[in-house]
Amino acid sequence: MNVIEFTFLVWTGSLVAGFLGALTGLGGGVVLVPLLTLFFKVDLRYAIGASLVSVIATSSGSAAAYVKEGFSNIRIGMFLEIATTVGALLGAFLTAKVPASALATILGIVLIYSAFVSRRTRPRTETPDPPDPLATKLKMNGTFPDTSGIRSYNVYSVPTGFGVMFGAGALSGLLGIGSGALKVVAMDQAMKIPFKVSTTTSNFMIGVTAAASAGVYLSRGYIDPGLAMPVMLGVLIGSLMGTRVLVKTQTKLLRLVFSAVIVLLGLEMVFKGLRGGF
Amino acid sequence: MRSRNVDEQKLESLIANLLRAGVVLSAFVVLSGAVMYLGFHPWARVDYRTFHGEPDELKTVHGVVRYAFSGDAKGIMQLGLLLLIATPIARVFSSAVVFAIENDRMYLLFTLLVLAVLLYSLFGSFLIV
Repeated sequence: MNVIEFTFLVWTGSLVAGFLGALTGLGGGVVLVPLLTLFFKVDLRYAIGASLVSVIATSSGSAAAYVKEGFSNIRIGMFLEIATTVGALLGAFLTAKVPASALATILGIVLIYSAFVSRRTRPRTETPDPPDPLATKLKMNGTFPDTSGIRSYNVYSVPTGFGVMFGAGALSGLLGIGSGALKVVAMDQAMKIPFKVSTTTSNFMIGVTAAASAGVYLSRGYIDPGLAMPVMLGVLIGSLMGTRVLVKTQTKLLRLVFSAVIVLLGLEMVFKGLRGGF
Repeated sequence: MRSRNVDEQKLESLIANLLRAGVVLSAFVVLSGAVMYLGFHPWARVDYRTFHGEPDELKTVHGVVRYAFSGDAKGIMQLGLLLLIATPIARVFSSAVVFAIENDRMYLLFTLLVLAVLLYSLFGSFLIV
């Protein structure tokens, strides 16, 4: 393939991935690495580098909107970023040590997992537990705008959340993904933070986490401008379009279809990885 | 329970604008490089099947900056990507400033820790690669 063809096709693929990722809330980043490696035959390390860069673009782009609306909790985000950035740094160093086929297998499993987990919401308890002393000390309890005005919430299980965040960061650095699904699990399920606050704060954290491994990727030569350019521009435009359409459409069926695609890509990554095809 | 005060709202709107500006600027620089890159050798063959790593001038911050200002298309695209990577770092830095103004020492410490990890990754990690 020549430069024009390759750039155009990768740009289009990334645009669709970013669009569907934003529209369904599953994130476009997760399908980028399988898209580049399985369809465009890109080496896994270049694919991981390009994917990570585009993760920063979508996170920063959409976080800008959410921060302004007052959904994300900057203190929770900043505290947990200690765990995610250290994890990401470790993950990025491990990427060079772990064989490519093992990386692909892990990515496949993460893909399948994220398709199932990301929108499972926790039932809201009617009588709130008393505030957690550690969370109170860390000034994490906050408020957010709800349909019925400003709602306040308390945060729990900070050490568990911190631990899961370290793992989420390590996976992000290892695989060049945002690992938003795992971040939301840590905040929504473990720390009992309201779902809307969890997802937006997670989005806000993804960019910082990714930046922590980006430096390592850069010095390793994983970030190729010729490849990262169409991926980043495609995903960015696609996800901006997806966020615009999001409010107007019923996305239930689309979510189901896109989840199925993610599971299939995940299975393909696992099988090809286990056969040593990377 | 804490309510949002004026400082915090200011911080949030500052962060939102910073993130947006960083993304727009980096996309613009990447696009400028892309126009040159596609214009100069559109029919060259591309092959990413095997990993070769990048040349040294595309692997360090100062190398990328120098390469970009020499007018190289790949260097300019890489500079745009570097600006993108710098956006969350600038975001963390601005939070540090606000926590310092608010005299919130605990969160200032947390923020500086995160900032140290980010700067190490970008400027120091090549030392042990």
